[in-house]
Amino acid sequence: MSLLDKLDAVAAARKALLPEGVEVFGMPIDEIYSSTEAKIGDHRILFLGTNNYLGLTFAPECKQAAHEAIESEGTGTTGSRMANGSYIGHRALEHELADFYHCHSCIVFTTGYQANLATISGLAGPGDVVLIDGDSHASIYDGCRLSGAEIIRFRHNDMADLDKRLRRLGERSRSTLIIAEGIYSMLGDKAPLAEIVELKNAHNSILLLDEAHSLGVLGHTGQGLVEETGLIDEVDFITGTFSKSLGGIGGYCVSNHPQLDQLRYISRPYIFTASPTPATIASTRAALKLLRDGTQLRSQLWDNVHQLYSDLQQLGYRLGPEPSPVIATILDSPQQALALWKGLLENGIYVNLILPPAAPEGSSLVRCSVSAVHTREQMNFVGQAFAKVREVLSK
Amino acid sequence: MASTYNDILERLRFHLRQFTGPDVEITAQTDLINELAIDSVKLLNLIMEIEDEFDISVPINALADVQTVHELVNLIQRIKVARQ
Repeated sequence: MSLLDKLDAVAAARKALLPEGVEVFGMPIDEIYSSTEAKIGDHRILFLGTNNYLGLTFAPECKQAAHEAIESEGTGTTGSRMANGSYIGHRALEHELADFYHCHSCIVFTTGYQANLATISGLAGPGDVVLIDGDSHASIYDGCRLSGAEIIRFRHNDMADLDKRLRRLGERSRSTLIIAEGIYSMLGDKAPLAEIVELKNAHNSILLLDEAHSLGVLGHTGQGLVEETGLIDEVDFITGTFSKSLGGIGGYCVSNHPQLDQLRYISRPYIFTASPTPATIASTRAALKLLRDGTQLRSQLWDNVHQLYSDLQQLGYRLGPEPSPVIATILDSPQQALALWKGLLENGIYVNLILPPAAPEGSSLVRCSVSAVHTREQMNFVGQAFAKVREVLSK
Repeated sequence: MASTYNDILERLRFHLRQFTGPDVEITAQTDLINELAIDSVKLLNLIMEIEDEFDISVPINALADVQTVHELVNLIQRIKVARQ
Protein backbone atom coordinates (compact mmCIF):
# COMPACT_ATOMS: atom_id res chain seq x y z
CA MET A 1 0.00 0.00 0.00
CA SER A 2 1.44 3.39 -0.98
CA LEU A 3 1.73 6.32 1.41
CA LEU A 4 -1.27 8.05 -0.11
CA ASP A 5 -3.32 4.83 -0.29
CA LYS A 6 -3.04 4.61 3.47
CA LEU A 7 -4.62 8.04 3.80
CA ASP A 8 -7.38 7.04 1.38
CA ALA A 9 -8.09 4.07 3.64
CA VAL A 10 -8.39 6.47 6.58
CA ALA A 11 -10.83 8.62 4.61
CA ALA A 12 -12.92 5.56 3.69
CA ALA A 13 -13.06 4.36 7.32
CA ARG A 14 -14.09 7.84 8.45
CA LYS A 15 -16.79 8.07 5.78
CA ALA A 16 -18.18 4.67 6.78
CA LEU A 17 -18.51 5.78 10.39
CA LEU A 18 -19.65 9.37 10.05
CA PRO A 19 -22.33 10.88 7.81
CA GLU A 20 -21.41 13.39 5.10
CA GLY A 21 -21.57 17.04 6.04
CA VAL A 22 -21.27 16.53 9.81
CA GLU A 23 -18.10 18.06 11.19
CA VAL A 24 -17.83 15.94 14.30
CA PHE A 25 -14.10 16.41 14.74
CA GLY A 26 -12.75 19.94 14.40
CA MET A 27 -16.16 21.62 14.49
CA PRO A 28 -15.97 25.10 12.91
CA ILE A 29 -16.67 27.62 15.69
CA ASP A 30 -17.67 30.99 14.25
CA GLU A 31 -17.56 33.26 17.28
CA ILE A 32 -16.63 32.86 20.96
CA TYR A 33 -18.89 34.80 23.34
CA SER A 34 -17.48 33.70 26.71
CA SER A 35 -15.88 30.78 28.54
CA THR A 36 -19.08 28.81 28.08
CA GLU A 37 -20.87 30.12 24.97
CA ALA A 38 -20.12 30.39 21.26
CA LYS A 39 -21.71 30.63 17.84
CA ILE A 40 -21.74 27.67 15.46
CA GLY A 41 -23.34 28.52 12.13
CA ASP A 42 -26.38 30.58 13.06
CA HIS A 43 -26.81 29.03 16.49
CA ARG A 44 -25.76 30.05 19.94
CA ILE A 45 -24.37 26.98 21.68
CA LEU A 46 -23.24 26.07 25.17
CA PHE A 47 -19.75 24.63 25.55
CA LEU A 48 -19.87 21.40 27.54
CA GLY A 49 -16.75 19.72 26.24
CA THR A 50 -13.88 22.16 26.49
CA ASN A 51 -11.98 21.19 29.70
CA ASN A 52 -12.29 24.81 30.83
CA TYR A 53 -12.81 23.56 34.38
CA LEU A 54 -12.38 26.88 36.18
CA GLY A 55 -13.65 29.01 33.28
CA LEU A 56 -10.49 31.14 33.23
CA THR A 57 -10.17 31.66 29.46
CA PHE A 58 -11.95 35.02 29.78
CA ALA A 59 -10.65 36.01 33.23
CA PRO A 60 -9.84 39.75 33.02
CA GLU A 61 -6.58 39.27 34.97
CA CYS A 62 -5.35 36.66 32.46
CA LYS A 63 -6.35 38.66 29.39
CA GLN A 64 -4.72 41.81 30.71
CA ALA A 65 -1.50 39.99 31.60
CA ALA A 66 -1.34 38.53 28.08
CA HIS A 67 -1.92 41.98 26.49
CA GLU A 68 0.82 43.55 28.59
CA ALA A 69 3.28 40.76 27.79
CA ILE A 70 2.74 41.19 24.06
CA GLU A 71 3.32 44.92 24.41
CA SER A 72 6.52 44.51 26.39
CA GLU A 73 8.05 41.31 24.99
CA GLY A 74 6.45 40.75 21.59
CA THR A 75 4.42 37.95 20.12
CA GLY A 76 6.88 35.05 20.21
CA THR A 77 10.29 33.80 21.28
CA THR A 78 11.13 32.45 17.79
CA GLY A 79 13.11 29.54 19.13
CA SER A 80 13.97 27.15 21.91
CA ARG A 81 15.16 28.20 25.33
CA MET A 82 18.45 26.41 24.76
CA ALA A 83 19.13 28.56 21.71
CA ASN A 84 17.21 31.78 22.36
CA GLY A 85 17.37 31.95 26.14
CA SER A 86 14.89 31.87 28.99
CA TYR A 87 12.77 34.99 29.42
CA ILE A 88 11.97 36.38 32.85
CA GLY A 89 8.45 34.97 32.50
CA HIS A 90 9.64 31.40 31.77
CA ARG A 91 11.83 31.41 34.87
CA ALA A 92 9.20 33.10 37.03
CA LEU A 93 6.49 30.61 36.07
CA GLU A 94 8.82 27.69 36.84
CA HIS A 95 9.60 29.23 40.21
CA GLU A 96 5.89 29.81 40.93
CA LEU A 97 4.90 26.25 39.97
CA ALA A 98 7.71 24.79 42.09
CA ASP A 99 6.48 26.95 44.99
CA PHE A 100 2.86 25.90 44.36
CA TYR A 101 3.83 22.24 44.73
CA HIS A 102 6.50 22.91 47.40
CA CYS A 103 8.93 21.16 45.06
CA HIS A 104 12.62 21.63 44.33
CA SER A 105 12.43 21.90 40.54
CA CYS A 106 10.08 22.69 37.68
CA ILE A 107 10.40 22.72 33.91
CA VAL A 108 7.83 24.42 31.71
CA PHE A 109 7.10 22.98 28.26
CA THR A 110 5.39 24.41 25.19
CA THR A 111 2.40 22.04 25.34
CA GLY A 112 1.03 19.52 27.80
CA TYR A 113 1.61 16.81 25.21
CA GLN A 114 5.29 17.74 25.12
CA ALA A 115 5.48 17.78 28.92
CA ASN A 116 4.77 14.05 28.94
CA LEU A 117 6.84 13.37 25.84
CA ALA A 118 9.84 15.23 27.26
CA THR A 119 9.60 13.97 30.83
CA ILE A 120 9.03 10.30 30.03
CA SER A 121 11.61 10.14 27.25
CA GLY A 122 14.10 12.00 29.44
CA LEU A 123 13.62 9.72 32.45
CA ALA A 124 13.43 6.31 30.80
CA GLY A 125 15.57 4.85 28.04
CA PRO A 126 16.49 1.59 26.33
CA GLY A 127 16.82 -1.18 28.90
CA ASP A 128 14.37 0.50 31.31
CA VAL A 129 10.68 -0.35 31.70
CA VAL A 130 7.66 1.95 31.70
CA LEU A 131 4.59 0.44 33.32
CA ILE A 132 1.50 2.38 32.28
CA ASP A 133 -2.21 2.24 32.97
CA GLY A 134 -4.16 0.78 30.03
CA ASP A 135 -6.28 3.96 29.75
CA SER A 136 -3.31 6.30 29.53
CA HIS A 137 -3.46 9.39 27.35
CA ALA A 138 -1.79 9.31 23.91
CA SER A 139 0.94 11.68 25.11
CA ILE A 140 2.01 9.03 27.65
CA TYR A 141 2.08 6.28 25.02
CA ASP A 142 4.04 8.52 22.66
CA GLY A 143 6.49 9.58 25.37
CA CYS A 144 7.10 5.93 26.18
CA ARG A 145 7.69 5.09 22.52
CA LEU A 146 10.13 7.99 22.19
CA SER A 147 12.04 6.80 25.26
CA GLY A 148 12.94 3.42 23.74
CA ALA A 149 12.12 1.75 27.07
CA GLU A 150 10.08 -1.45 27.17
CA ILE A 151 6.40 -0.55 27.50
CA ILE A 152 4.20 -2.77 29.67
CA ARG A 153 0.53 -1.98 30.37
CA PHE A 154 -1.49 -2.84 33.46
CA ARG A 155 -5.29 -3.10 33.48
CA HIS A 156 -6.94 0.24 34.14
CA ASN A 157 -6.89 1.10 37.88
CA ASP A 158 -6.42 -2.59 38.74
CA MET A 159 -3.89 -2.72 41.56
CA ALA A 160 -3.67 -6.50 41.74
CA ASP A 161 -2.76 -6.40 38.06
CA LEU A 162 -0.10 -3.72 38.64
CA ASP A 163 1.37 -5.74 41.51
CA LYS A 164 1.46 -8.89 39.37
CA ARG A 165 3.28 -7.10 36.56
CA LEU A 166 5.79 -5.51 38.94
CA ARG A 167 6.50 -8.92 40.50
CA ARG A 168 7.06 -10.41 37.06
CA LEU A 169 9.71 -7.78 36.38
CA GLY A 170 11.74 -8.94 39.39
CA GLU A 171 14.87 -6.84 39.88
CA ARG A 172 13.97 -4.80 36.80
CA SER A 173 11.23 -3.08 38.81
CA ARG A 174 14.06 -0.89 40.20
CA SER A 175 14.53 0.66 36.76
CA THR A 176 10.78 0.93 36.13
CA LEU A 177 8.77 4.12 35.75
CA ILE A 178 5.12 3.65 36.75
CA ILE A 179 2.76 6.17 35.14
CA ALA A 180 -0.79 7.03 36.25
CA GLU A 181 -3.17 9.97 35.88
CA GLY A 182 -4.93 12.06 38.55
CA ILE A 183 -8.21 11.96 36.63
CA TYR A 184 -8.48 9.83 33.50
CA SER A 185 -9.66 11.75 30.47
CA MET A 186 -12.02 9.13 29.09
CA LEU A 187 -14.20 8.04 32.03
CA GLY A 188 -13.28 10.75 34.54
CA ASP A 189 -12.22 8.31 37.27
CA LYS A 190 -9.30 8.90 39.63
CA ALA A 191 -6.19 6.74 40.05
CA PRO A 192 -6.05 4.79 43.35
CA LEU A 193 -2.96 6.75 44.32
CA ALA A 194 -2.42 5.38 47.84
CA GLU A 195 -2.25 1.82 46.52
CA ILE A 196 -0.03 2.81 43.62
CA VAL A 197 2.37 4.52 46.02
CA GLU A 198 2.42 1.44 48.24
CA LEU A 199 3.32 -0.75 45.27
CA LYS A 200 5.95 1.60 43.88
CA ASN A 201 7.64 1.71 47.31
CA ALA A 202 7.44 -2.06 47.72
CA HIS A 203 9.09 -2.58 44.33
CA ASN A 204 11.51 0.38 44.51
CA SER A 205 10.18 1.93 41.32
CA ILE A 206 9.71 5.57 40.31
CA LEU A 207 6.23 7.11 39.98
CA LEU A 208 5.05 9.78 37.55
CA LEU A 209 1.54 11.19 37.98
CA ASP A 210 -0.09 13.22 35.21
CA GLU A 211 -2.42 15.80 36.79
CA ALA A 212 -3.66 17.23 33.45
CA HIS A 213 -7.35 16.87 34.30
CA SER A 214 -7.04 17.15 38.09
CA LEU A 215 -5.01 20.37 38.38
CA GLY A 216 -7.29 23.09 39.74
CA VAL A 217 -10.01 20.53 40.34
CA LEU A 218 -8.84 18.39 43.30
CA GLY A 219 -7.29 19.46 46.60
CA HIS A 220 -7.76 22.57 48.72
CA THR A 221 -5.40 24.73 46.65
CA GLY A 222 -6.00 22.79 43.42
CA GLN A 223 -2.70 20.89 43.22
CA GLY A 224 -4.62 17.83 42.12
CA LEU A 225 -4.87 14.24 43.33
CA VAL A 226 -1.55 14.56 45.19
CA GLU A 227 -3.14 17.19 47.44
CA GLU A 228 -6.48 15.46 47.84
CA THR A 229 -4.73 12.30 49.01
CA GLY A 230 -1.93 14.03 50.94
CA LEU A 231 0.64 11.99 48.99
CA ILE A 232 2.63 14.70 47.26
CA ASP A 233 5.89 13.61 48.90
CA GLU A 234 5.42 10.07 47.62
CA VAL A 235 5.10 10.97 43.94
CA ASP A 236 8.45 11.37 42.18
CA PHE A 237 7.37 13.43 39.19
CA ILE A 238 4.16 15.36 38.47
CA THR A 239 3.27 16.53 34.99
CA GLY A 240 0.35 18.70 33.94
CA THR A 241 -1.00 21.10 31.39
CA PHE A 242 -1.88 24.78 31.15
CA SER A 243 -4.59 24.11 28.57
CA LYS A 244 -7.37 22.96 30.89
CA SER A 245 -7.89 24.63 34.29
CA LEU A 246 -5.35 27.34 33.48
CA GLY A 247 -7.05 28.29 30.22
CA GLY A 248 -3.89 28.63 28.10
CA ILE A 249 -1.48 26.23 26.43
CA GLY A 250 1.69 24.61 27.74
CA GLY A 251 2.77 22.03 30.26
CA TYR A 252 5.06 21.39 33.22
CA CYS A 253 6.89 18.83 35.26
CA VAL A 254 7.69 19.35 38.95
CA SER A 255 9.79 17.16 41.21
CA ASN A 256 11.83 17.10 44.37
CA HIS A 257 14.49 15.11 42.55
CA PRO A 258 17.16 17.67 41.61
CA GLN A 259 17.99 15.49 38.58
CA LEU A 260 14.86 16.85 36.86
CA ASP A 261 16.87 19.87 35.65
CA GLN A 262 19.07 17.61 33.52
CA LEU A 263 16.10 17.02 31.22
CA ARG A 264 16.84 20.46 29.78
CA TYR A 265 19.98 19.00 28.18
CA ILE A 266 18.80 15.61 27.00
CA SER A 267 15.08 15.83 26.31
CA ARG A 268 14.40 16.41 22.63
CA PRO A 269 10.79 17.68 22.96
CA TYR A 270 12.17 20.41 25.27
CA ILE A 271 15.29 21.25 23.29
CA PHE A 272 13.92 21.28 19.76
CA THR A 273 10.74 23.34 20.21
CA ALA A 274 10.13 27.06 20.39
CA SER A 275 9.48 28.08 23.99
CA PRO A 276 6.05 29.32 25.13
CA THR A 277 5.15 32.83 23.98
CA PRO A 278 5.27 35.76 26.42
CA ALA A 279 1.46 36.09 26.29
CA THR A 280 0.97 32.42 27.12
CA ILE A 281 3.38 32.57 30.05
CA ALA A 282 1.83 35.78 31.38
CA SER A 283 -1.78 34.56 31.22
CA THR A 284 -0.75 31.25 32.80
CA ARG A 285 0.97 33.02 35.70
CA ALA A 286 -2.16 35.08 36.29
CA ALA A 287 -4.35 31.99 36.01
CA LEU A 288 -2.15 30.06 38.47
CA LYS A 289 -2.78 32.75 41.10
CA LEU A 290 -6.53 32.51 40.49
CA LEU A 291 -6.40 28.71 40.60
CA ARG A 292 -4.44 28.71 43.85
CA ASP A 293 -6.97 31.03 45.50
CA GLY A 294 -9.88 29.41 43.68
CA THR A 295 -11.59 27.59 46.53
CA GLN A 296 -14.89 29.22 45.58
CA LEU A 297 -14.45 28.25 41.91
CA ARG A 298 -13.77 24.64 42.90
CA SER A 299 -16.85 24.64 45.08
CA GLN A 300 -18.99 25.92 42.17
CA LEU A 301 -17.38 23.37 39.84
CA TRP A 302 -18.20 20.43 42.14
CA ASP A 303 -21.76 21.67 42.65
CA ASN A 304 -22.19 21.61 38.88
CA VAL A 305 -20.52 18.20 38.60
CA HIS A 306 -22.82 16.63 41.19
CA GLN A 307 -25.90 18.17 39.59
CA LEU A 308 -25.12 16.90 36.09
CA TYR A 309 -23.96 13.45 37.24
CA SER A 310 -27.12 13.04 39.29
CA ASP A 311 -29.39 14.35 36.48
CA LEU A 312 -27.88 11.97 33.92
CA GLN A 313 -28.01 9.04 36.31
CA GLN A 314 -31.69 9.69 36.98
CA LEU A 315 -32.35 9.85 33.25
CA GLY A 316 -30.87 6.37 32.92
CA TYR A 317 -27.63 7.20 31.10
CA ARG A 318 -24.72 4.83 31.72
CA LEU A 319 -21.91 6.92 33.18
CA GLY A 320 -18.26 6.71 34.22
CA PRO A 321 -17.68 5.22 37.70
CA GLU A 322 -17.59 8.42 39.77
CA PRO A 323 -18.64 12.08 39.55
CA SER A 324 -15.85 14.27 38.19
CA PRO A 325 -15.56 17.29 35.90
CA VAL A 326 -15.16 14.74 33.09
CA ILE A 327 -18.57 13.05 32.82
CA ALA A 328 -18.71 10.35 30.17
CA THR A 329 -21.96 8.82 28.95
CA ILE A 330 -21.18 5.33 27.68
CA LEU A 331 -23.03 4.10 24.59
CA ASP A 332 -23.15 0.63 23.09
CA SER A 333 -22.38 1.64 19.52
CA PRO A 334 -20.80 4.49 17.53
CA GLN A 335 -24.22 5.08 15.92
CA GLN A 336 -25.90 5.62 19.29
CA ALA A 337 -23.13 7.95 20.40
CA LEU A 338 -23.33 9.93 17.16
CA ALA A 339 -27.11 10.26 17.51
CA LEU A 340 -26.78 11.57 21.07
CA TRP A 341 -24.00 13.97 20.06
CA LYS A 342 -26.08 15.30 17.15
CA GLY A 343 -29.21 15.56 19.26
CA LEU A 344 -27.39 17.62 21.87
CA LEU A 345 -25.90 19.90 19.23
CA GLU A 346 -29.33 20.47 17.72
CA ASN A 347 -30.45 21.45 21.22
CA GLY A 348 -27.61 23.95 21.54
CA ILE A 349 -25.00 21.93 23.45
CA TYR A 350 -21.52 21.09 22.25
CA VAL A 351 -19.91 17.98 23.77
CA ASN A 352 -17.14 15.57 22.70
CA LEU A 353 -17.78 12.44 20.68
CA ILE A 354 -15.28 9.65 21.24
CA LEU A 355 -15.43 6.56 19.07
CA PRO A 356 -13.42 3.31 18.96
CA PRO A 357 -10.50 2.77 19.04
CA ALA A 358 -10.04 6.00 21.05
CA ALA A 359 -12.65 5.01 23.66
CA PRO A 360 -11.76 2.28 26.17
CA GLU A 361 -12.92 -1.34 25.86
CA GLY A 362 -14.59 -0.88 22.49
CA SER A 363 -17.20 1.51 23.89
CA SER A 364 -18.33 4.82 22.39
CA LEU A 365 -18.53 7.92 24.54
CA VAL A 366 -20.26 11.26 24.61
CA ARG A 367 -18.06 13.17 27.01
CA CYS A 368 -19.04 16.29 28.90
CA SER A 369 -16.64 18.55 30.75
CA VAL A 370 -18.16 20.75 33.40
CA SER A 371 -16.99 24.27 34.26
CA ALA A 372 -17.15 26.30 37.47
CA VAL A 373 -18.65 29.17 35.49
CA HIS A 374 -21.56 27.20 34.05
CA THR A 375 -24.54 28.91 35.66
CA ARG A 376 -27.37 27.12 37.45
CA GLU A 377 -29.63 28.01 34.48
CA GLN A 378 -27.13 26.54 32.02
CA MET A 379 -26.84 23.31 34.04
CA ASN A 380 -30.64 23.02 34.15
CA PHE A 381 -30.72 23.62 30.38
CA VAL A 382 -28.18 20.78 29.91
CA GLY A 383 -30.27 18.39 32.01
CA GLN A 384 -33.40 19.25 30.00
CA ALA A 385 -31.57 18.74 26.69
CA PHE A 386 -30.26 15.30 27.73
CA ALA A 387 -33.82 14.36 28.78
CA LYS A 388 -35.29 15.54 25.47
CA VAL A 389 -32.70 13.70 23.36
CA ARG A 390 -33.09 10.51 25.39
CA GLU A 391 -36.82 10.59 24.75
CA VAL A 392 -36.26 10.98 20.99
CA LEU A 393 -33.58 8.28 20.86
CA SER A 394 -35.67 5.74 22.76
CA LYS A 395 -38.52 5.95 20.24
CA MET B 1 11.25 -26.25 30.85
CA ALA B 2 10.64 -24.14 27.77
CA SER B 3 7.22 -24.55 26.16
CA THR B 4 7.28 -26.08 22.74
CA TYR B 5 6.19 -24.15 19.69
CA ASN B 6 3.05 -26.26 19.35
CA ASP B 7 2.13 -25.91 23.00
CA ILE B 8 2.33 -22.11 22.74
CA LEU B 9 0.40 -22.15 19.47
CA GLU B 10 -2.39 -24.20 21.03
CA ARG B 11 -2.74 -21.96 24.07
CA LEU B 12 -2.61 -18.88 21.87
CA ARG B 13 -5.38 -20.25 19.64
CA PHE B 14 -7.66 -20.37 22.67
CA HIS B 15 -7.18 -16.61 23.22
CA LEU B 16 -7.50 -15.77 19.53
CA ARG B 17 -10.82 -17.61 19.29
CA GLN B 18 -12.59 -14.55 20.80
CA PHE B 19 -11.89 -12.63 17.58
CA THR B 20 -13.40 -15.11 15.19
CA GLY B 21 -16.23 -17.57 14.69
CA PRO B 22 -15.79 -21.24 15.71
CA ASP B 23 -15.59 -22.36 12.07
CA VAL B 24 -12.59 -20.22 11.14
CA GLU B 25 -9.33 -22.13 11.23
CA ILE B 26 -6.50 -20.37 13.03
CA THR B 27 -3.12 -21.52 11.71
CA ALA B 28 0.43 -20.29 12.22
CA GLN B 29 0.09 -18.35 8.98
CA THR B 30 -3.10 -16.52 10.00
CA ASP B 31 -2.66 -12.75 9.76
CA LEU B 32 -3.71 -11.13 13.03
CA ILE B 33 -4.72 -7.78 11.57
CA ASN B 34 -6.05 -8.61 8.12
CA GLU B 35 -7.71 -11.98 8.83
CA LEU B 36 -8.72 -11.73 12.48
CA ALA B 37 -9.38 -7.96 12.32
CA ILE B 38 -7.52 -7.35 15.56
CA ASP B 39 -7.13 -3.56 15.78
CA SER B 40 -4.47 -1.78 17.79
CA VAL B 41 -6.50 -1.62 21.02
CA LYS B 42 -7.64 -5.25 20.81
CA LEU B 43 -4.02 -6.28 20.23
CA LEU B 44 -2.87 -4.41 23.35
CA ASN B 45 -5.53 -6.14 25.44
CA LEU B 46 -4.64 -9.50 23.90
CA ILE B 47 -1.04 -8.94 24.96
CA MET B 48 -2.12 -8.54 28.59
CA GLU B 49 -3.97 -11.86 28.35
CA ILE B 50 -0.87 -13.48 26.84
CA GLU B 51 1.32 -12.09 29.62
CA ASP B 52 -0.96 -13.70 32.19
CA GLU B 53 -1.31 -16.97 30.28
CA PHE B 54 2.45 -17.48 29.97
CA ASP B 55 3.54 -15.50 33.06
CA ILE B 56 5.85 -13.26 31.04
CA SER B 57 6.26 -9.55 30.29
CA VAL B 58 5.65 -8.67 26.65
CA PRO B 59 6.74 -5.11 25.82
CA ILE B 60 4.29 -3.59 23.37
CA ASN B 61 7.26 -2.19 21.41
CA ALA B 62 8.02 -5.77 20.36
CA LEU B 63 4.72 -5.97 18.49
CA ALA B 64 5.99 -3.84 15.60
CA ASP B 65 7.42 -6.97 13.98
CA VAL B 66 4.39 -9.17 14.65
CA GLN B 67 1.89 -9.70 11.85
CA THR B 68 1.05 -13.39 11.96
CA VAL B 69 0.24 -16.00 14.60
CA HIS B 70 3.61 -17.63 13.84
CA GLU B 71 5.47 -14.40 14.62
CA LEU B 72 3.55 -13.99 17.87
CA VAL B 73 4.36 -17.56 18.92
CA ASN B 74 8.04 -16.93 18.16
CA LEU B 75 7.99 -13.74 20.23
CA ILE B 76 6.45 -15.56 23.22
CA GLN B 77 8.96 -18.38 22.90
CA ARG B 78 11.90 -15.95 22.73
CA ILE B 79 10.73 -14.12 25.86
CA LYS B 80 10.20 -17.38 27.77
CA VAL B 81 13.66 -18.67 26.83
CA ALA B 82 15.32 -15.35 27.71
CA ARG B 83 13.72 -15.47 31.16
CA GLN B 84 15.18 -18.86 32.01
